[in-house]
Amino acid sequence: MNMKTPDFDPVRRKFLSSVAAAAGVMLAPGVMLYGVTRPSSAAARAAGVEASGDVRWGMLIDLDRCESDCNECVSACSRENGLQGHGRQATDAQWIRKVETSSPHTGASRSLPVMCQHCAEPPCVDVCPTGASFKRADGIVLVDKHICIGCRFCMMACPYKARSFVHETLEDQKPYAPRGKGTVESCTLCVHRVDAGRTPACVEACSDAGGGAMLFGDLNDPDSEISQRVTNYASQQIRVDLGLDPGVRYRNL
Amino acid sequence: MALRRTAIVTLAVLAFGLAGLTTVVAGVPLPAISPGLGDSCVEDTDFMRREHMNLLKHQRDETMRKGMRSEQYSLVECINCHVVEGPDAIPLTVASPDHFCRSCHDYAAVNIDCFQCHASRPEPGIE
Repeated sequence: MNMKTPDFDPVRRKFLSSVAAAAGVMLAPGVMLYGVTRPSSAAARAAGVEASGDVRWGMLIDLDRCESDCNECVSACSRENGLQGHGRQATDAQWIRKVETSSPHTGASRSLPVMCQHCAEPPCVDVCPTGASFKRADGIVLVDKHICIGCRFCMMACPYKARSFVHETLEDQKPYAPRGKGTVESCTLCVHRVDAGRTPACVEACSDAGGGAMLFGDLNDPDSEISQRVTNYASQQIRVDLGLDPGVRYRNL
Repeated sequence: MALRRTAIVTLAVLAFGLAGLTTVVAGVPLPAISPGLGDSCVEDTDFMRREHMNLLKHQRDETMRKGMRSEQYSLVECINCHVVEGPDAIPLTVASPDHFCRSCHDYAAVNIDCFQCHASRPEPGIE
């Protein structure tokens, strides 16, 4: 009996894809295209060049190195973005905060810096009625305050409580971090620094003054340090059950 | 009749008095705009007068949505160059009527809300 062979041959497909991947890796470092398609976190994007969808910025936070009494990332964020408290904890802007968790069974505790998780499938973007909440091509989730009407749907939709609403009239904001009354805001992954080829303020502060727990980089670049670590060591996204694929990952949770 | 003329003259004097910082060229009061720090603006004056808002809006969307940052039409660069210093050599914010943007926008009676969110003066310590 002559049976028809199926069109799809898993072995052959696997072989082809591995060849394609290898070709990509080999091609990348040689040609000028390397810088255009895969800018590392160290390279600033030239002025007038769009953020690329080939990049996905992400963060890996090693909780074994994060002490619960260390607040360097939070204060660096406030300094960088000009966040000032008004002594009202319930409503003061909070772009990153330390969350203490402990296991009721073993008593083991962990301290997590939690900021906007820059989801691949951000619910804040889904619910925004004006299109102000959006995800940039390189995976950074932002609020376009020019068209934000302050409805705060996104704040309700975010499972990480990552967003804040500005209740007060502000003055003397940072030139690179505009913020104003009546709009929602959250961690921008220090987009102004990232575009200039630097790392976010929290990551810098963590490596300078903290435990060096935070690593920032391109999750799409297989050669980046963050990709290597994510590939080689177990890491977790928080509330992974929601299927939002956050760009922020935690180790030793 | 005489009373009426006096009233008109008084009104005119009041109007000029209110104009305060305006300069008068050939009978028309004009706003006193401070020049920028550089030699010339990114485009010529006539073009900027009519189109600055469009340039800023275009640049705003490119920067915000696509991450395309260019210095040429960036609001931050406008603010850095058109800085006006107060008597204490500290850059004025938009709260002052002498602020570059405000000096003209007050004159034209056009309200702008850029500075509800954006910084209206260069960051202290950065030249």
